[in-house]
Amino acid sequence: MPSMTTRKTTWRAPSVLPGFGLTFGFSLAWLSLIVLIPLSMLFIKSAGMGWQAFVEVGFSERALTAYRLSFGTALAAAFVNAVFGLLVAWVLVRYAFPGKRVISALVDLPFALPTAVAGIALTALYAPSGWVGQYLDPLGIKVAFTPIGITVALVFIGLPFVVRSVEPVLADLGKDVEEAAATLGAGRAQTFARVIFPAILPALFTGFALAFARGVGEYGSVIFISGNMPGRTEIAPLLIVTQLEQYNYDGATAIAMVMMLVSFAVLFTLNAVQSIRRKRLGA
Amino acid sequence: MTRKTRKITPGTESRIAQVLLITLALAFLAFFLMLPLIAVFSEALKQGIGPFLDAVANPDAFSAIRLTLIIAAISVPLNMVFGLAASWAITKFSFPGKNLLLTLIDLPFSVSPVVSGLIFVLLFGAQGLLGPWLSAHGVKIIFAVPGIILATVFITFPFVARELIPLMMEQGKEDEEAAVSLGANGWQTFWHVTLPNIRWGLLYGVLLCNARAMGEFGAVSVVSGHIRGETNTMPLHVEILYNEYDFVGAFAVASLLAALALVTLVLKTVLEWRFDLHSGARH
Repeated sequence: MPSMTTRKTTWRAPSVLPGFGLTFGFSLAWLSLIVLIPLSMLFIKSAGMGWQAFVEVGFSERALTAYRLSFGTALAAAFVNAVFGLLVAWVLVRYAFPGKRVISALVDLPFALPTAVAGIALTALYAPSGWVGQYLDPLGIKVAFTPIGITVALVFIGLPFVVRSVEPVLADLGKDVEEAAATLGAGRAQTFARVIFPAILPALFTGFALAFARGVGEYGSVIFISGNMPGRTEIAPLLIVTQLEQYNYDGATAIAMVMMLVSFAVLFTLNAVQSIRRKRLGA
Repeated sequence: MTRKTRKITPGTESRIAQVLLITLALAFLAFFLMLPLIAVFSEALKQGIGPFLDAVANPDAFSAIRLTLIIAAISVPLNMVFGLAASWAITKFSFPGKNLLLTLIDLPFSVSPVVSGLIFVLLFGAQGLLGPWLSAHGVKIIFAVPGIILATVFITFPFVARELIPLMMEQGKEDEEAAVSLGANGWQTFWHVTLPNIRWGLLYGVLLCNARAMGEFGAVSVVSGHIRGETNTMPLHVEILYNEYDFVGAFAVASLLAALALVTLVLKTVLEWRFDLHSGARH
């Protein structure tokens, strides 16, 4: 810190740079206007409808089925992404092969491709007459219009979260520890399980949680491939839209509120795990 | 961040294992990422270039393209100004509650797109909090362009700020302090010192913000009302055509969005290589 002058102490640390009032004030005002006030509508609306009405819609049979489907498929997709995302990150960081930079850029495709485009493309592929579907259909495997299809869409959407979370940690991991393990007689698999995996586990968990959180709320890529059959392939975000189309604002709010609280709980856990990790590293 | 060049050490997998892992990773990426991308273009050109051009030149498609461009042209600069202001306040000054502010800026990332649309319906819709007042004054926000802009600004809210904050944090504030002590005022310092330092990071953030603004589906779908020629953005137009079984039309418009995604990926990758913008990962 620069030498403290006799300046009047304010709630922020003194600085010679100008513009704090303007930029901070504008940021706070814009944040409130665009994010905080609109989001608070969920709480105001929920509080206004009373506990009874909230539970009636928010935990109705149809809503519970939709939550189970949304959280279940998001969990399954996050697991697939944790495994293959780790593999992709490992290959990108550790090995040299032709076309690596193009492949690395391609990993971000799900971030850049509009979700509706992904949705119709995946449906075209996995429909019984599609490129992939025509081979699966004779085997009795139905992907499109089933929970498997929803999971496939969420795998597409969630992959970059895992790869981009694990990649930098893997790249920063010193080779010396691995070499030490090898020198002490550990096999490659043993080194991975005992040395490398524990070091990247927090990052892998972060990627997993981000992919999961995104999957739970995902709408555009899912609604085409899911078929949207109530009670079977109706995801929670779609149920919100259905309620809105029937002008049932209360119903939509209750379901949105339940979804959001669960998502925040996931993110809160994620942050807690991250801060434990930071403490353990002594940073 | 530079990656260390590695020579073959005892702690490296055998060549066969490497090839096996690379093949597995590439097969996964080809199947889950490449195939959907190829499907978009292939379906769009299924009946040749003629029907493709007809679909793109259709007046409804044309007005959807125009609306998407207008939405992006308004919401991206708004978030750019916010991103600049927020990162100036956050990185150049120290004040209590900074972490809370950072968390709040990230909030839109953890809200489902559908919920992002819902909150604006609750605020401005016919039965919303301000609905009666708005309709009495003849102002239309929901099922009109202003609602689409609000939802898009909400969805893309964190993009520029998230890109700039780590970058400006890393660069510190010595340059600006020097400029101010040499007599530059706030604007001069910003234009001549800060902006040249962050311009590529800013461009990177704007690029990602733009891709999401043009491609957003869920949030926009809730507030738009799907009025052809009026409140139909490109992703919504894709959905309408698809649901009318006009697959060539849907995939033709989708292929334009996919092309936008590819351009975004190329520019993003170029920026990453050329200016060493995070070799690591954030989304």
